[in-house]
Amino acid sequence: MTQTNAAADVASGRLSDEEYARNFSDLHPLLDQHEATVEADRCYFCYDAPCVQACPTSIDIPQFIRQISTGNPTGSAKTIFDQNILGGMCARVCPTETLCEQVCVREVAEGKPVKIGQLQRYATDHYMAHHDTTPFARKEPTGKKIAVVGAGPAGLACAHALAVEGHAVDLFDAREKPGGLNEFGIATYKTVDNFAAREVEFVLSIGGIELKTGMKLGDNLDLAELRASYDAVFLGIGLGGVNALGLENEQKDGVLNAVDFIADLRQTGDYGSLPVGRRVVVIGGGMTAVDIAVQTRLLGAEDVTIAYRRGQDRMNASEFEQHLAQTSGVKIMTWAQPKSLVAENDHVTAIELERTRDENGQLAGTGETVTLAADMVFKAVGQTLVPADLNGSGATIELDRGRLVVDADRRTSLPDVWAGGDCILGGEDLTVAAVEDGKIAAAAIHRAISA
Amino acid sequence: MVDLRSNFIGIKSPNPFWLASAPPTDKEYNVVRAFQAGWGGVVWKTLGEDPAIVNVNGPRYGAIHGKDRHLIGFNNIELITDRPLEVNLQEIKKVKREWPDRAMVVSLMVPCEERNWIDILKKVEDTDADGVELNFGCPHGMSERGMGSAVGQVPEYIEMVTRWCKKHTRMPVIVKLTPNITYIRKPAQAANAGGADAVSLINTINSIVGVDLDAMAPTPTIDGKGAHGGYCGPAVKPIALNMVAEIARDPATHGLPISGIGGISTWRDAAEFMALGAGNVQVCTAAMTYGFKVVQDMIEGLSDWMDSAGYASVDEIVGRAVPNCSDWQHLNLNYIAKAKINQDLCIKCGRCHIACEDTSHQAITNMVNGERMYEVIDAECVGCNLCVNVCPVEDCITMEPMAAGSTDPRTKMPVVADYANWTTHPNNPMAREAAE
Repeated sequence: MTQTNAAADVASGRLSDEEYARNFSDLHPLLDQHEATVEADRCYFCYDAPCVQACPTSIDIPQFIRQISTGNPTGSAKTIFDQNILGGMCARVCPTETLCEQVCVREVAEGKPVKIGQLQRYATDHYMAHHDTTPFARKEPTGKKIAVVGAGPAGLACAHALAVEGHAVDLFDAREKPGGLNEFGIATYKTVDNFAAREVEFVLSIGGIELKTGMKLGDNLDLAELRASYDAVFLGIGLGGVNALGLENEQKDGVLNAVDFIADLRQTGDYGSLPVGRRVVVIGGGMTAVDIAVQTRLLGAEDVTIAYRRGQDRMNASEFEQHLAQTSGVKIMTWAQPKSLVAENDHVTAIELERTRDENGQLAGTGETVTLAADMVFKAVGQTLVPADLNGSGATIELDRGRLVVDADRRTSLPDVWAGGDCILGGEDLTVAAVEDGKIAAAAIHRAISA
Repeated sequence: MVDLRSNFIGIKSPNPFWLASAPPTDKEYNVVRAFQAGWGGVVWKTLGEDPAIVNVNGPRYGAIHGKDRHLIGFNNIELITDRPLEVNLQEIKKVKREWPDRAMVVSLMVPCEERNWIDILKKVEDTDADGVELNFGCPHGMSERGMGSAVGQVPEYIEMVTRWCKKHTRMPVIVKLTPNITYIRKPAQAANAGGADAVSLINTINSIVGVDLDAMAPTPTIDGKGAHGGYCGPAVKPIALNMVAEIARDPATHGLPISGIGGISTWRDAAEFMALGAGNVQVCTAAMTYGFKVVQDMIEGLSDWMDSAGYASVDEIVGRAVPNCSDWQHLNLNYIAKAKINQDLCIKCGRCHIACEDTSHQAITNMVNGERMYEVIDAECVGCNLCVNVCPVEDCITMEPMAAGSTDPRTKMPVVADYANWTTHPNNPMAREAAE
């Protein structure tokens, strides 16, 4: 089913079903029991372990690994869930090479860290395969009610921790399906078999959390009303807006937001139905840029280039991700910024890039340009908080650089409103950091409403 | 050029590596494969009287494994050969004729009647075997019938049977000892008194290797039940080394040839046994784990090490460490060592710190000037070596002796060069007065 466009080659069904199945299978298949035991035995059970210090959620990593090695994967999973109820997803998507595994003493000593992420997945998968509910028991109902807005990692972690304390939680999400970026924003090969949805179900199994989907702040949900109706509010609303390139022709066909396409990839049951360009250019240097670049390659795009305006060392995508892109056949072009988009018949056909350089720390164009033929151009240049969603409270809830300002407890300038995840200032664009925000906020909310 | 040829109580073999009496030496097929692989000799699996004994028909082995299924300890409830005596004798004769340069020793176990021993010795002599080994060791099964370790646990029986055997055969007699006793010197002395040409040890250690927590029964499990068996493999080596050294040190048995057995898996293990007095070594578990090929590196490794260390023949290493085997009371209490951590090698896992902090002497830091750093606090360090043993990095932590004349920061006492031990220590109520 080729799209008949004179200039642009955008088509679905570029590959066979077998190729799609192979391309979108698990990036790191689950360790089997023997592999896990042997890998666990590599852990030195460090005292005051650097990996724990590096984990944003402070999981007791040596302890959970030791529990795998002693044949107690259930206990191991409990150790993980104690600190991170989304330990299953974090095991899949954490950039471990820049967190726990980077500081593993075996990485330092021999360049081969203990595979902490894969062991975490082994334990959490084992637990979830054998248990329908989280290992926590809800305390007696407190009669307190909290609104958690956004059922992504921050909101889920916050809702779960509050539910454990016996509070009632209404968990709102703008989409029809919960999970946030776990469900819509992560490359398919990192979380196969509908894991994000299964994990949400697992989190909700604690009880006391009522999920309300299709409820969007600024649309059919009002912050002022929430504050009036609930004992506390947690905002884990992510970043709803997508940065634009600010170029002419940006509205033409074939110029797309990477996050939208990634969401489509995650939701489709049929990769062959997704049209993809033969030649793809991705603008950006973060995880999203790599995710879209790799996945368009996996959909059958022939020629995929990531264009990033600075050097490779400045890319937000981790080294592992950059390697993944390169071994997937993606070309990474650095020191190039978009200058213009070329379109014919209302469809993009090429992108003109200007070479850049560092001039005393300032990025500067050199005037030299290069034009890449492109059937699709993806924008992956960051996302923004949409202040309008705050229903005019933007005037009273403090923002800085377009993000919600929070204190160490993740409390916003409104005393009964907490926030976490990507929407807060200092948000790290990491699932695990969002989970920690939710955890911290839940503890603070619990203290505040129990006082 | 290293000469690995071995002459153990007149029994010659091209190298000192024999296969111990056990499943690998139960029949011609296995033994020929062993000789093809290079083993210097075998002790044929223990012969008994007809009718042949029977074995269980369920599992007869159990094991302790490391995480990567590395076999650390091994346990068996197999009995002596379950093949007819005549079949074994014919095969022994045939193999010895075809492999005349290899040592062929035959292990024996019959009831404690002189007549029984006379009969079987005669039969073995007809095979032209090089010697016999009296199995006074097996702790399971046969011991219930008054044989094996039931004999080995009573020195008088050992002496009696040994004397019979020496009286009724021209062949050299090796007495295989059980470790399932409290004091190994007594059975060795008894063998010596009976005229044994040598002792071999250790046989297996009585054991239950594990419990099946589903079946709630010891493993290996036979129809819901388990019986104690004989433990061997790398895990038993330290026990065997001590027993070999005890016999080598005992003035009553000093010079009695010893065939060392117990968890020998490498050339280094063999060299250690020989240094403590073993004239040769016997191997079983390593072969049962990896096959007969393991002998190749035992031969080459021993040869290469001896070459690099300047030894020309195995006789030069046998017993060489025996003079350094002491008793605690004679250890030099004036020798003072402190742990030292090589900061370049340290990977900062913190295990030395937590081991010392939780279980020993609080002598290792974990933070120095706000940095993760592990340093020995000499004023607390008693030199116990725990940190050395728990450190995952070889040679990262070493024990450094303090020089005479310096002051031990822990005791504030000067380090003296003189040797002084417990026997004369002021805290010893039994201390002898210094000679006037």
